[in-house]
Amino acid sequence: MILTKAQYDEIAQCLVSVPPTRQSLRKLKQRFPSQSQATLLSIFSQEYQKHIKRTHAKHHTSEAIESYYQRYLNGVGENGAAPVLLELANEVDYAPSLMARIILERFLQEHEEAPPSKSVINSMLRDPSQIPDGVLANQVYQCIVNDCCYGPLVDCIKHAIGHEHEVLLRDLLLEKNLSFLDEDQLRARGYDKTPDFILQVPVAVEGHIIHWIESKASFGDECSHHAYLHDQFWSYWNRFTAFDPELDSNWRVSLDFLKCRSTPPMVSQDMELFVPIGDLKLFLDNLEISMSFKEDFPFFFFFHSEENCRFLELEGGSETISFSPLVSS
Amino acid sequence: MAAVLESLLREELSVAVAVRWIARSAQSSEDDPREAAALSSLRPLRKEFVPFLLNFLREQSSRVLPQGPPTPAKAPGSSTGLPGRSGGPPRGGRGARNQLFPPIEASSATAADAPSARRGGRRRGPGPARERGRGPGGLEEGVSGECLPWAGGRRPRSSGSPSSPSLARSDPPNLSNLEEFPPVGSVPPGSAGTKPSRRINPTPVSEERSLSKPKTCFTSPPISCVPSSQPSVLDTSPWGHGIPSGCRSLQEEREMLRKERSKQLQQSPTPACPTLEPGSPHPSRTGHLTAEPADPTRVSSRHRLELVALVYSSCIADSLESPLFQSVHDCVFFAVQVLEHQFHVLSHLDKGTLKLLAENERLLCFSPALQGRLRAAYEGSVAKVSLAMPPSAQAVSFQPETDNRANFSSDRAFHTFKKQRDVFYEVLREWEDRHEEPGWDFEKGLGSRIRAMMGQLSAACSHSHFVRLFQKQLLQMCQSPGGAGGTVLGEAPDVLNMLGADKLGRLRRLQERLVAPQSSGGPCPPPTFPGCQGFFRDFILSASSFQFNQHLMDSLSLKIRELNSLALPQPEPSDEDGESDVDWQGERRQFAVVLLSLRLLAKFLGFVAFLPYRGPEPPPTRELQDSILSLRSQVPPVLDVRALLQQGLRARRAVLTVPWLVEFLSLADHIVPMLDYYRSIFTLLLHLHRSLVLSKESEGEMCFLNKLLLLAVLGWLFQIPTVPEDLFFLEEGQLDVFEVDTVASEHGLDSMPVVDQQLLYTCCPYIGELRKLLASWVSGSSGRSGGLVRKITPTTTTGLGAQPPQTTQGLQAQLAQAFFHNQPPSLRRTVEFVAERIGSNCVKHIKATLVAELVRQAESLLQEQLVTQGQEGGDPAQLLEILCSQLCPHGAQALTQGREFCQKKSPGAVRALLPEETPAAVLSSAENIAVSLATEKACAWLSANITALIRREVKAAVSRTLRAQGPEPAARGERRGCSRACEHHAPLPSHLISEIKDVLSLAVGPRDPEEGVAPEYLEQLLGQLGQMLRCRQFLCPPAEQHLAKCSVELASLLVADQIPILGPPAQHQLERGQARRLLLMLLSLWKDDFQVPVPLQLLLRPRNVALLADTRPREWDLLLFLLRELVEKGLMRRMEIEACLGSLHETQWPGDFSEELATLFNLFLAEPHVPEHQLRACELVQPNRGTVLAQS
Repeated sequence: MILTKAQYDEIAQCLVSVPPTRQSLRKLKQRFPSQSQATLLSIFSQEYQKHIKRTHAKHHTSEAIESYYQRYLNGVGENGAAPVLLELANEVDYAPSLMARIILERFLQEHEEAPPSKSVINSMLRDPSQIPDGVLANQVYQCIVNDCCYGPLVDCIKHAIGHEHEVLLRDLLLEKNLSFLDEDQLRARGYDKTPDFILQVPVAVEGHIIHWIESKASFGDECSHHAYLHDQFWSYWNRFTAFDPELDSNWRVSLDFLKCRSTPPMVSQDMELFVPIGDLKLFLDNLEISMSFKEDFPFFFFFHSEENCRFLELEGGSETISFSPLVSS
Repeated sequence: MAAVLESLLREELSVAVAVRWIARSAQSSEDDPREAAALSSLRPLRKEFVPFLLNFLREQSSRVLPQGPPTPAKAPGSSTGLPGRSGGPPRGGRGARNQLFPPIEASSATAADAPSARRGGRRRGPGPARERGRGPGGLEEGVSGECLPWAGGRRPRSSGSPSSPSLARSDPPNLSNLEEFPPVGSVPPGSAGTKPSRRINPTPVSEERSLSKPKTCFTSPPISCVPSSQPSVLDTSPWGHGIPSGCRSLQEEREMLRKERSKQLQQSPTPACPTLEPGSPHPSRTGHLTAEPADPTRVSSRHRLELVALVYSSCIADSLESPLFQSVHDCVFFAVQVLEHQFHVLSHLDKGTLKLLAENERLLCFSPALQGRLRAAYEGSVAKVSLAMPPSAQAVSFQPETDNRANFSSDRAFHTFKKQRDVFYEVLREWEDRHEEPGWDFEKGLGSRIRAMMGQLSAACSHSHFVRLFQKQLLQMCQSPGGAGGTVLGEAPDVLNMLGADKLGRLRRLQERLVAPQSSGGPCPPPTFPGCQGFFRDFILSASSFQFNQHLMDSLSLKIRELNSLALPQPEPSDEDGESDVDWQGERRQFAVVLLSLRLLAKFLGFVAFLPYRGPEPPPTRELQDSILSLRSQVPPVLDVRALLQQGLRARRAVLTVPWLVEFLSLADHIVPMLDYYRSIFTLLLHLHRSLVLSKESEGEMCFLNKLLLLAVLGWLFQIPTVPEDLFFLEEGQLDVFEVDTVASEHGLDSMPVVDQQLLYTCCPYIGELRKLLASWVSGSSGRSGGLVRKITPTTTTGLGAQPPQTTQGLQAQLAQAFFHNQPPSLRRTVEFVAERIGSNCVKHIKATLVAELVRQAESLLQEQLVTQGQEGGDPAQLLEILCSQLCPHGAQALTQGREFCQKKSPGAVRALLPEETPAAVLSSAENIAVSLATEKACAWLSANITALIRREVKAAVSRTLRAQGPEPAARGERRGCSRACEHHAPLPSHLISEIKDVLSLAVGPRDPEEGVAPEYLEQLLGQLGQMLRCRQFLCPPAEQHLAKCSVELASLLVADQIPILGPPAQHQLERGQARRLLLMLLSLWKDDFQVPVPLQLLLRPRNVALLADTRPREWDLLLFLLRELVEKGLMRRMEIEACLGSLHETQWPGDFSEELATLFNLFLAEPHVPEHQLRACELVQPNRGTVLAQS
């Protein structure tokens, strides 16, 4: 299952001005039945986040907030059981969870002496039954469970996916007898910024030396590649070009950026192909490595294909994959 | 000048403005216009101010010293020696430079010397000195303070030979008159009453060397007592054989000097080298000091003294030079003030000096604050510096490389060379044995043999072989005049101490005191060839072979280039991991070895290269000089040092390049600095010197000690007589090249802390003068007979004879040394490599085992603490202290374990790395040496750092534990994982959260009419949830918490029958039985599978209960069922539920709803123990809420 750039664009096109709700996702699934829900949701979420980043500011002007709050008050005045807040969010094209936060903040400002702290707001969003007003509590809860791109539940899901993929990756490394240091161990050694795993003995994959692996539990679109490149890759580059000072300078020669993109599809050389990941087990059974050259550094991604994963053939000594020799000078 | 000083003293001028005025000709905008105006009229005098200040200080203070000559006035004399030198500034002060020890007021400046010395000669000491009889006119050059770091003429009374005072002011002294200028310890007993402040001056030096006649040093060697008291001091003087070819004339000169010397000896009771004789006090110094104790309360015109001290210090600090002294109190006060201002530099001195300073009672008396800071600096200092000289010569080594026959053109050449080797070593051995004997003369004893040997070196290739041997031997024997000299075990002078032999350590220190030269030649010694360097110099002179010299220069140049471009490792300075310290010490040592080798090679290169041109004086006439210049400018430099310097600056490796270049240039003849090529080098160096400001420390800049080293060596160079002073007065604009270059690369050696105090003192032995002076003050002030040595340990009473007792360890070290000399060099490299790695590994191992174990203990102790003291546990800092006090003592085990580790690991490694064929005895020796070296290295690091390491690790553990203590206590609970057989096929948590969220959103709405869930799907979902909770492979606490919350929400929806069910439109609700089954599944998950607390109280929150209010007809039975099951399964206590139900009343409900709620409450209360049938009864009435209520 390969997602082409065209397909990706098509999906992204469908997502313009679509509210991040269960219904939207269902329609998307109907439209692209061959794509897994995880892939679609991941693309949806990223596209929607881009949209919110662009429009975020206009919802946070004091006029906007005031008008939203009045509309909310009017709405629940008429019928407290109606999905007032959710509909308001959809109508103004804003994420329901974020709208809930705006209204909640505004509400608390009105009803409490001191402006509410961020942690109070967060705590109420996580558990709306703490909200003093029953109607608002229901409205907020409704927004949160209906928002598939933002909110504490979505955050938890994302976090869980990240954790799961780390576990999967660790198992895979263990299974392949690759010695590594994980983030906790690295942190214990005092590193401030660490990838998920550092291989203690680098491996060569298709002629490229891999030092470390970072797993990103999200769809690898162009935009997030840039962001990760900026936020993480260079940080790692600065720190781990030779992660073990004991190793000699051979290891400094080139740092290859290996990403294990679990959920997602990958970008290959010409940004033509997006390969979606469905079932995680399947993903693990069908790992393959591709790469793209960007900024003169080879990037490695794991992605999912029907072929057998070469990465898994390490022990078999396939011609494409081998442990890189430890050259001593 | 006086006007300036007066306005300063009257405070019409601020110190800052005055200093700026001195430093720059242009006015600064910061200046007060009034002040500026006052100064601008004085502008032409600007450059004269500093010398004036110095002179002023000297004269003022010298008045206080009645016994001594007011100033050792040798100054003006030098200028006579340099008639018609061209190129100098017209103002004339030329002569000044010639005085290495211009007689600056000893007393006042003494204190200040120390700091100024550090400064590396920014101030120009000599200027004032020479000018002092003459008026300010000649001093202008001194202003910008480029030169003469040490030169400050701090030699207090040394020059105070009886005759000198009169000379000072009037006639120019005849420098070549040895009677007038006795070079050696010319201090007549009791001649000079030294002020205490003088003590501080590195002056004693000057007594030994008559530096006052620098210009003549090429021909008449100052009698220096360089390393030891040998009578044949003459031979050790640098220029012993000043005239290259004229052996005879040398001979004659030597004879003459010897006569002079014996004359002096007769004349003066003090020995030629007073320092050598600890027993003979310098009455002059100590006598007066003890006589009149300085008293801070008796300081006159305190404020003005303070002002002057500030100016002086500012001059020092701003690379300018240098006090109203009515009494010794004033002098001491001034000195202490200056020391205070220079504390920053003082604090970087070695531990010994700091201790002496901190213990100085005058200092304590005048500035307890400074004393306190010095004490703190002393206590914090780890910079132990040994001033001892290395043994004068190492055993002669056998060099298999040069002996390789394949390198020779013919058998004959090979055999000839073999013979030459033998001759060479024979000569060397004879020199070793005899050069200290009185009356032995190098040329007489060895000259003819050497020349005969050189005569046999016919073939060019033989010369190169011999030169290689010569150079190797040179490097091996005198690589480091300060310590590391070719030793293996002995590279750290403290080996014996580290081995824990207290006694041995004491013996060593004693030995050091006895053997170390009392003075290295004063604060501004001329270039010398101390110790066995003298052999090599004399060898070259006696050989007087053009071929040999040429080959030697070629070889030296090559080696210098090679070493200078050696890529020295640059560990990340930011790496705070303790282990790297161990490696870093190694890097630093390597740097020191390279640097010292380079200096040695460069010195000899300079010596040989400039040998043919060396003469006693600069050319007498301008015409002659011009013709020499035009000739010499044709000759290409022997080594392109300018390019190397530029490269060094650009690559930020000045700290490596400059010190050897200085050595090279120090041996230049008088013409050299006038040649364009070399002039540009001096200019570059001068700019470098000016750019190095000690008080300025910024990111990426040069390390302090690196800077200090450069300043010290450059300062020293600039005061050497052959360096003309007019160099320093070039206009500023000429040299901005340098500024641009330095920015080039960020990470050079310069910003690495490669220089430590030991290396600094080794390269600049004159810095150690301060310590010696202080030590002598201590002995003087304590009322003892004087002498420079503070305490003479009674070793002689043991009757062991003159030979210091040979310690076992010392012998071992020598044995190891000898062992390596007889083995291929790779053996030594291997052993050293193994020792270094094993030593380093040992530290890591200790960290991973012993320290890790201690950290584990700390964690469990902390847990106990937390349990006994409650969750808070108390102040973390306090906890840490308690833990550390309990655990740190265990660190002592590290040494034992470290020793075991090295013992165990080293032999194998050596065995693996050496050739199989290595003889057993060699192998076992190599192993043993590796073990002891590794142990030494590891133990040295461990004993110094183990406590800090444990502390750091425990601290990290404490904060980790306390953090884990924090918000999620549940997460700490023991996690039950899945069974081994589990294949982790359960659905992923993220998937389940997502699914449950969908169900919740469906239930909460809004939803399309056709939307709903199948009852089976719900059952399946809960089943999967159970599976996943039992597998746990992919579960993380936040996910579990969210799942727990979602499951409670789901239960509320079930109870309120709010979940839309797929199916025929009529039946959108779950069957009672299905709902109850689902609830039971949830109850079981909560009870058995969730490992995080499940927020069951949510069930009775108003929002969840309100779900029931929306249903028509309301059905309470499921809720009641659920509540009873919760109690039954022990998931909630009755009391909890009652409390929740009770609080529900606080909410506003519709009238009927609160009625029903009250009934439910009563119902729940009414049935404390819930029998099964009653539940069923309850169920029977289910369809009608009326029934339920009726039952109650």
